[in-house]
Amino acid sequence: MATYSSSPFAGKTFGVTIDKLNKSFDGVPVLRDVSLEVRPGEIFVIMGPSGSGKSVLLKHVAGLELPTSGRVLIGDLDASDPQTRERVHLALVFQAGALFNSMTVYDNLALYPREHRLCNEAGIRERVLRTLQILSLEKAVDKFPGELSGGMKKRVAIARALVMEPELLLYDEPTSELDPVMSATITEIIATLREQTAVTTIVVSHDRDLALAIADRMAVIMDGRIRATGKPGEFKNPADPAIANFLNPTIDLKHPRFQQLENDHE
Amino acid sequence: MKQLHAILEGIGSTVLLAVRAGRYLNTLPRQFPRFIEQCYLIGYTTMPIVTILSFFIGSVLALQSGYSMENFGAKQFIGTLVGLSMVRELGPVMVAILVAGRVGSAITAELASMKVYQEIDALVTMNIPPERMLVLPRLAAVLVMMPVLATIANLCGWYGGALVCKYTGFISVEPDAYFAALKRFMEMKDVCDGLIKAEIFGFVVVLVCCNVGLNTRGGPREIGASVTKAVVLSLVLILVLDYFVTKVLI
Repeated sequence: MATYSSSPFAGKTFGVTIDKLNKSFDGVPVLRDVSLEVRPGEIFVIMGPSGSGKSVLLKHVAGLELPTSGRVLIGDLDASDPQTRERVHLALVFQAGALFNSMTVYDNLALYPREHRLCNEAGIRERVLRTLQILSLEKAVDKFPGELSGGMKKRVAIARALVMEPELLLYDEPTSELDPVMSATITEIIATLREQTAVTTIVVSHDRDLALAIADRMAVIMDGRIRATGKPGEFKNPADPAIANFLNPTIDLKHPRFQQLENDHE
Repeated sequence: MKQLHAILEGIGSTVLLAVRAGRYLNTLPRQFPRFIEQCYLIGYTTMPIVTILSFFIGSVLALQSGYSMENFGAKQFIGTLVGLSMVRELGPVMVAILVAGRVGSAITAELASMKVYQEIDALVTMNIPPERMLVLPRLAAVLVMMPVLATIANLCGWYGGALVCKYTGFISVEPDAYFAALKRFMEMKDVCDGLIKAEIFGFVVVLVCCNVGLNTRGGPREIGASVTKAVVLSLVLILVLDYFVTKVLI
């Protein structure tokens, strides 16, 4: 991966405060009294099993969902206020990429600087091509998202986020649906980008390896509640059996299904 | 009660969408390429079907009225009947229905797909309001293209009627007589009323289709459901509005 530090992208960054956040959909609680503090410049990983509410939590930080009660602050700005997006460069890398399918990779990346008139077309081109180079995507510049592999789509989504020169970077399941090699690549990209930009990064994932590799601090969310927060080392041998079972799942070899397989083998 | 709530919610969100899009009116000049693209999609690509259908609607109108009016010896008024019917009613309504079926469905499908695949959410996080980028250029384009389409529909309908009058044995009204009758009772107000109707219908169709698309939730199946909902809603609204707008304009 090309270095990012030579670029002028690095700028200010924000901390995030989640204060007694509750969210219900049609009366069904999804988030219950969630409180978290993400410090400026750190990588904070939120882990949890499927359906635990971690993506909904991330959408609240991005201002895409309104809380039922409680609040999310980016710096001292309310995340649910549309004005906040005008003051904070927030980028969200969606789980499925959410690339604009009718646009080429180049246009996907150029959209933000064009719409916000950040520079002229030559400047936009330079900015887009430099970002694509950082993520080794030069050859994909004229392709449409439908022509890309899953791993490339993820990298283009990250590139699109980087073009925004984010002050807060959010990742929703960045390694889901990827093979182990591509997962490792994406993990490396996230860690390197944070090192080079010092941008506050929140990652939502159920990938234990990713979390332990990149997190400065992490939290485990289960059934919409924060079960534990701490440094990655504290999660290597957790005392809470539910967290231990989630992070280090064991297969019960005495299960009748495995017994049957063993008998068949004999 | 639940249905009434849904109807009121739908009306509210549609009006709100129009207001939000209107707030970005000053950005229209720099969205000129997008506006032109929408003019092409809404106007140019709809033109062939408008031409064909309106030609045959004018023809059938002349044929039916010729058949009936011959009994009263009123064949010389066929031009008046076809002309006024096309300008005041059939032209705007038919164009609006075609725009709803052809353009409205495409708009809903595109926006619903963008919503389902989180492209709209991506725009929001990039601080690019969907109302500015996706709704405003379409509304502006439909306002420009509807009078053009309605005028083409009127002209094609008139000429369709004229051809039928000339070449149908039991009618045999020459084009000169046909167009003289058409002009005699036609006023500028009739033309303007028709164009106003077309503007209103087109605006409502695109607004409703955008709103339904942007409020789609769920997966690919809901995209289809949204398209059906948007087209049915548009057709109902065109006919309901037609009555009230006609009543106001008469």
